[in-house]
This record gives sequence, C-alpha cells and structure tokens, in this order.
Amino acid sequence: MEEEKKIRVIIAKPGLDGHDRGAKIVARALRDAGMEVIYMGLRNTPEQIVETAIQEDVDVIGLSILSGAHMALVPRVLELLKENGVEDKIVLVGGIIPKVDEEKLKEMGVAEIFGPGTPTDKIVEFIRQRVGEIRKR
Amino acid sequence: MDEDDVSVLVASLLRGDRRALARLITLVENRPRLRDRIMSLIYPYTGNAYVIGITGSPGSGKSTLVDKLTGELRTRGKTVGIIAIDPTSPFTGGAILGDRIRMLSKSTDEGVFIRSMSTRGSLGGLSRAAYDAIALLDAFGKDFVIVETVGTGQAEVDIVDAAYTSIVVVTPDMGDEIQAIKAGILEIADIFVVNKADLENVDATVMALQMMLDLSDKGDWRPPIIKTVATKGVGVKELLDAIERHRAYICETDRIEKMHYKRSKVRILEIVRSKLMDKLIRELENSGELDRIVKCVVEKKMDPYSAADEILRKLDKK
Repeated sequence: MEEEKKIRVIIAKPGLDGHDRGAKIVARALRDAGMEVIYMGLRNTPEQIVETAIQEDVDVIGLSILSGAHMALVPRVLELLKENGVEDKIVLVGGIIPKVDEEKLKEMGVAEIFGPGTPTDKIVEFIRQRVGEIRKR
Repeated sequence: MDEDDVSVLVASLLRGDRRALARLITLVENRPRLRDRIMSLIYPYTGNAYVIGITGSPGSGKSTLVDKLTGELRTRGKTVGIIAIDPTSPFTGGAILGDRIRMLSKSTDEGVFIRSMSTRGSLGGLSRAAYDAIALLDAFGKDFVIVETVGTGQAEVDIVDAAYTSIVVVTPDMGDEIQAIKAGILEIADIFVVNKADLENVDATVMALQMMLDLSDKGDWRPPIIKTVATKGVGVKELLDAIERHRAYICETDRIEKMHYKRSKVRILEIVRSKLMDKLIRELENSGELDRIVKCVVEKKMDPYSAADEILRKLDKK
C-alpha cells in the first residue's frame, strides 16, 4: 500500500452572516478534488474553528466571511492558533474583502484570499501546492 | 516522521495532549507502518472506555442525538470521544464530513473530542482505522467513545462490532421502510431509538418494532425502544439510562469477556487477511505475474477459479 495522506480541510463561516452558498460550492469543489472537507455550517466562533482544526488535524482552514467583520474575526482565529501552538495550518479567506484589508490580513498570516468569481480550480491548485510544500519540510 | 517521533507523540497523548491525539489518529489512518508501532505502544493503555455505536439512515437525527447524549454524559461527569463516519465518494475519493455541524456546542468543551472520518472505500479500511481511533481515544482517557455511522451497508455493521452497546435510530416517517431494513441493521440493535417522536405515526412505528422483536430471538436481552426528540433533548436521559442498563447486563456475567474473545479473534484475522493480501498483491503486481494470469483468463485459456488456485499455490511454496 502506498503511504499517501489525504488533504483535510475545514470550511467554516465565522461570525453572523448567513450567506453560505460560496462556502458550500468551495466545499464541494474540494471534495470533488479528492479532499476530505469538514464542513462546519453557519455562525462559528473563532474558538470553535480553532478547536475543530486541532481535533480534526486539518491541513487547511478555509474561512468564508461576507459580513464585513473579517478584520475582527480573522485576526482572532490567527491569534488562537498561535496561542495553541498550532503553526502548520494554511489559513485561507473567501468572501468580500476590500483590497486594503487583503494586504493586512496576509501580513498577519493568511496564506491567500479568494474573492467572488474565483474559479474553484484555482483554489484546489493553490491548496495542493501549499500542502505539498509543507509536507516536504 | 519516524518511530522515535511516534514514541514522543504517544507519550504526549498519555499526558493528555489533544494535539498529539489528533496527529496520531491521522497517522493510523494514513501510515500503515507507523500505525503498527503506534498501536503496540497504545494497546496496554486501552480497555477502559465504554464504546457506544449509533447507526441509522441519513437524516434520522443521529448527529443531533449524539450531541445531546454527549451533553447528558457530561452532566453526569463523564468525558466523551466521538468518531463521526461519513461515506467517501467512490468516484473522487473526497468526502464532505458534516456531522460536526450538529455538535458545534461541544467543540469547545474540554471533556469532548470529536473526530470526523470518511469510509475511504478500501477493503477493511474503514473498520480498521476506526477501531484504531477508538483505541487512541480510549488510551487518551475518555470514559465513553461514541461511533456514529450511516447505516446502509455491510461496512457499517462491521463498525458497530466495535461497540458494546449498539443503537439503531429510526424515525416515524420511515413507515414500511422498517420492514425493508429489518433484514440488515435491525438485528444489531441493543437499543432502538424512535427519533422525531413528535411526528405522527410514532406509535405505529413503535408497534412495528415491537412486533419485529416478538419474532426475533435476541436471547434474554430484549432491546428497549426509546422515543426521543433529539432537537429538544426529549428522551435523552431515558436513552442513557437504557445504555447503562445494557452495560450492566453485559458486564453481569462473563458476556463481556466472551465478547472480547470473539472480537479480538475477528480483529486479528482481519489484520492478517489485509496484510497478507497487501503483500501478495504487491508481489504479484511487481513480478508481472498477476498481469500474465489475468490475460490467460481474458483469453479463455484459464478460468478464474483455476487462476486463483495458481496464485494460492505460490503461497504454499513459501
């Protein structure tokens, strides 16, 4: 048997907005690309997301936010990851994120931001490449 | 990652580090060689957790029930490990694991550890990885381990084999479906739950189950039928009481020892079978032997049974 590890991803929606169409489409696309997707549904707290990421031992944390509260929620997730000594997870953000905030979020440790209209192939490709790099280390 | 790293991780798990537990579950799922080492280190520390299996059709409310049952166990001071198993797509190998949505409130409870697993389609793969994950949660010190599976086929029946108490969840809207599935998963139930008991036809469903039980022979334990409304937490206390009664029943005489003997035997043989098959298939493929024999069968020079016998004869020579 070949020793190959499946890529595991959390798709979560922190905060209070109820727009989960994008999150669901991304979840399906990743599943169809052969990944295991832990779908967390709506209204997750940063604490729930980070604890789930730890217990499920995922490679990627995908956060979908359309409420405008990304500058509060994303830093909190990153902070909690650090507090728990978790540094090997790739954090991705999807949703409506203004350009000025994009740079700030990336500086804080977000690996990439995918706005509306991003082809799902691009997300799949990005995840595969990054996970590959981390595993080689 | 090598064997030394594994020993360090196991030591961390035994000290109660949940990150080590999470990483070790990933390793037993993905790395057969390390798995063997992990399991031999872990095994002396297992045997304390009480394993509950919950199965039922999609949408019957299993995850919500697991969530509420966990809440009840927590109020009784118990710690809980949960393994939620969802099917892998046979076409892409991917999976969407959504059981946690119903258990969000437990995500941040330190006494609860939830892990989602997919069936991964490979022969015996589901049962073995899940068995190993149960052992890890057990060694981690959880008082109860709950395994949740969709009950539609044989593999799920296997996994309930790991449980001491198996619960089958049905809903009132299933009607005649109960008749249809009785030949499959109903026999494994130690306890029946009729969930969504605020819907119509509850009593008809309960009666259908009672009639079925009248006809079946389950020894001196007659599976109780518990009505629940999982979303509201109704009947959950009664369910846990029934689980405790069943636990007392199997621990009463030497039933649990017999159960352990039988299951250990099945498990060992299953591991032997899969290791033997892996080894054999690898050798046959590498040597090109398999390809040659398959072609013989395709060209009608040999029948499939004789082909299998030829492969088995090679095994004898060793």
